[in-house]
Amino acid sequence: MSKIWTRMGDGQAVEMTSDELRKDMMEASEDAADKGKVPILEDNEIDKLMEIFSAPWRVIGVEPGHEVPLTKDETACTLVSSQLSSGAHLPISREAAVEVFERVFAFDTMELGWIDYSFKPAKPMVSLDQVSIERLLATTVIPILYGAMPNMGLYYTPDGPYTNPADLLGMMKVEEAREEEMKAAELCMEDMIFVCKRMDEIGADGIDFDTTASAGDADFLATLKTVEELKKTTNLGIEVGMSGEFILGMHGEVEYKGKRLAGMFPQDQLKVVEEAGADIFGPVVNTKTNKSAAWNVARAVTFVKEVCKQATIPIHANVGMGVGGTPMFETPPVDALSRASVAMVEIAKVDGL
Amino acid sequence: MQLNYRMRLPEAKKYVADKLHVSAFDLSDSTVMRNLREELDIGLIEAVPGMAKGLAAKARIADLLDIRIDAVEKLKAKLP
Repeated sequence: MSKIWTRMGDGQAVEMTSDELRKDMMEASEDAADKGKVPILEDNEIDKLMEIFSAPWRVIGVEPGHEVPLTKDETACTLVSSQLSSGAHLPISREAAVEVFERVFAFDTMELGWIDYSFKPAKPMVSLDQVSIERLLATTVIPILYGAMPNMGLYYTPDGPYTNPADLLGMMKVEEAREEEMKAAELCMEDMIFVCKRMDEIGADGIDFDTTASAGDADFLATLKTVEELKKTTNLGIEVGMSGEFILGMHGEVEYKGKRLAGMFPQDQLKVVEEAGADIFGPVVNTKTNKSAAWNVARAVTFVKEVCKQATIPIHANVGMGVGGTPMFETPPVDALSRASVAMVEIAKVDGL
Repeated sequence: MQLNYRMRLPEAKKYVADKLHVSAFDLSDSTVMRNLREELDIGLIEAVPGMAKGLAAKARIADLLDIRIDAVEKLKAKLP
C-alpha cells in the first residue's frame, strides 16, 4: 500500500498508510470528545480530513470563497525581536514591522505590543506604545490592535510582590496560596485596565489579550473582569486568545458569574468570554509531539468545531507553533501548518485564524 | 465587522459585500478587489501617488461601510 508523507507533532517527517492516518484521526477525535464532552467528528468530516492529509501538494489552501481573516499575536516581535519571541531581529522599528505585515505579507489586521509582551512590563512604557499605535493608525488601513499577555505569574516573587503560590502549596498552605493568587489577579487587572484605557484614548481599534489564563483560573478571572470593565467604558474591540485547552485550577475555586473556571475546556471558556463582552474568542488546543499531525489536527478540530457551533461571536482559532494541530517546532513546517489551517476553516468552520 | 460589531464571518462578508455592491466571493478575489479599491480610492497595497493612504483611506472606508472608526473620529475632532 502506498504511503502518505506527513509529519509528527514535533515536526519530524513520517510516512503513514491511509489506514494508519484514519485510525489516528478517529482516536484523536474520541480523545477530544472524552475529555471535553463534545461530539466526535462525523464520518464525512473524517473523510474530508483524509482528503486534506492525502493531498499530494506540499502546501494547500481553502476552497475559493472560503477565505477567512487573520489576527496575530506579538506581530512586530516576529520581525524585530530575537529567538525569545521566535523573531528574526531585523534592524527596523516595530512600526515598520507592522507596515510590512500589512503591505508585504497582506495581513488583515495587525497588533503592536511592547517588546517584553506582558501587560506588567508594558505599563511603564505605555506612553511610548501609545504614540506608536497613533502613528500606525495614521499610516495603515487595516485594524490596529494593541496586544499583550495577562501573564499573572509576573506578580509573584521574585518578579512581583506576592509569594509564589507554588511555593506555598508545597508547604500545604492552600488558603495562603489562594489569597496570594487573588491579590495578584487584582493587581494584574489594574495594570491591564490602565494600559488598555490609554489605548482607547488614542483611538486604537482593539485589544488582543494573548495567552490568557497561562497562570491558571485566577489569571482568567482577571482577564474576564478587565474585558467587562473595558466594554462598559471604552470603544475598544476585544479579542481574548487562550494559552491552553484546559483552565488550570491553580486556585481551584475561582468563579465568574457563578461558573467555576478551573477545568473549563474551550466551549466552556467561550461562554464566559462571551458573557464578559469580548468580540472575538481564540480557542487553543495543545499539540502532542509524540502523535502524528493528523492525530493533532483531528483532535483540535473536534474541540474547535463545537466552539464554533455554540458561538455567538467570531472564533479565531489559534493555529501556530504547538497549538491548533500545528507541530511544536519553532519554524512550523508549512505543509503541516497549511493542513491544520484548512481543516479549521473547512471542517470546524472558524471565522478567522 | 468582527472586531467591533461581533459579526460571524458569513454575516460580516455579506455586510461588506452589500455595501461595496459586489458578491461575498469577490471579496477574496484579489483582481476584483485591486480594481475596486482603486476605483473607490480606499487604499492600495502598492504606493500609488495621489491615492488615499492610511487614515485618509480609513475615513473613506468608514463612510462607505457606514461604520465608526475611532481613529477617524479622533482626526475629525482635531480639525478646526
